[in-house]
Amino acid sequence: MKKTFKRCQSLYDLPAHYCPGCGHGIAHRLVAEVVQELGIREKTIGIAPVGCAVMAYDYWNFDCSEAAHGRALAVATAIKRVHPQNIVFTYQGDGDLAAIGTNETIHAANRGENLSVVFINNAVYGMTGGQLAPTTLLGQKTSTSIEGREKKAHGYPLKISEMLALLPGVCYIERVSLHSPPEVLKAKRAIKQAFKNQINNLGFSLVEILSPCPTYWGLAPKESLDWIRDVMQKEFPLGRIK
Amino acid sequence: MAKIIINQDRCKGCFLCVNFCPKGLIKKSVKLNKQGLNFVEFDSNGECIGCMQCAVICPDCCIEVDK
Ligand SMILES: Cc1ncc(C[n+]2csc(CCOP(=O)(O)OP(=O)(O)O)c2C)c(N)n1
Ligand code: SF4
Ligand code: SF4
Ligand code: SF4
Ligand SMILES: [Mg+2]
Repeated sequence: MKKTFKRCQSLYDLPAHYCPGCGHGIAHRLVAEVVQELGIREKTIGIAPVGCAVMAYDYWNFDCSEAAHGRALAVATAIKRVHPQNIVFTYQGDGDLAAIGTNETIHAANRGENLSVVFINNAVYGMTGGQLAPTTLLGQKTSTSIEGREKKAHGYPLKISEMLALLPGVCYIERVSLHSPPEVLKAKRAIKQAFKNQINNLGFSLVEILSPCPTYWGLAPKESLDWIRDVMQKEFPLGRIK
Repeated sequence: MAKIIINQDRCKGCFLCVNFCPKGLIKKSVKLNKQGLNFVEFDSNGECIGCMQCAVICPDCCIEVDK
């Protein structure tokens, strides 16, 4: 018998602070496995966001920087331009990337910065108590839309990935999901593609991951995955966007 | 025959592995771990096929697979 699955060197053997069933834990592991398999651990620099993943740098066994809320792609731009030989990626939630950081996101993409982005869409602000996010679905109850998101008051779920795909500097965008083991494996392939694009100097790549937040969706972990499968992916269709 | 090894102190009792094991070999424990959570147990008498679905879905990287 041989070991066919175990924690890789790029993910420290530490307990993570996430709630039971949180998608951040799966996504962290996928990023670590991609870095490990591409053999780039010694030259990778990750940028952690503000959000539940604010301490991602504690879990990854490679260099990392923190950024102010929403500014991950500005920090990543600077690091990549000063250290073009390094592989630089950001890991950002929907509040970070598509609310407070929309400006930085759009301009980094429009400049075609040679960066990889891991975008965790859990349709809420997890860290601060489950408030409405730009990606919250119509009708979805959050702590600031207690009757459900309503288009007149709150606008529509923001499709930032589709918007970014219009920009010529962007080379690759794919939306994936964590709602079952096969989907998790597809998500890993997409993250790997985004890193490979950077290695090949192709420009800006982004992977949007539909990721469960059982705590602020008010659902059990398995029900959260079923909600992505049955509801969320109708609003945010999976697949290659660019 | 394959088997899995579960880090029961680290397990958060999300039961995603329980839901996805095609052979129904992972069960909730009645005991609590150090975190005060119901961890999960592997039935080593069953026919584990080493498909790794439990390990792939575990958000806390608690599962190793041998095949
Ligand atoms: C400048 C600034 N404004 C607001 C906040 C409060 N804040 C912290 S995290 C967060 C939203 C996080 O949501 P998201 O990016 O979706 O991450 P998640 O926790 O859902 O993974 C907000 C508004 C802050 N830390 N700094
Ligand atoms: S609040 Fe949501 S996103 Fe944050 S750790 Fe808990 S489940 Fe994960
Ligand atoms: S490897 Fe497959 S069969 Fe074995 S315990 Fe895990 S999910 Fe079940
Ligand atoms: S998926 Fe992991 S954390 Fe969740 S119950 Fe199974 S072993 Fe425990
Ligand atoms: Mg969020």
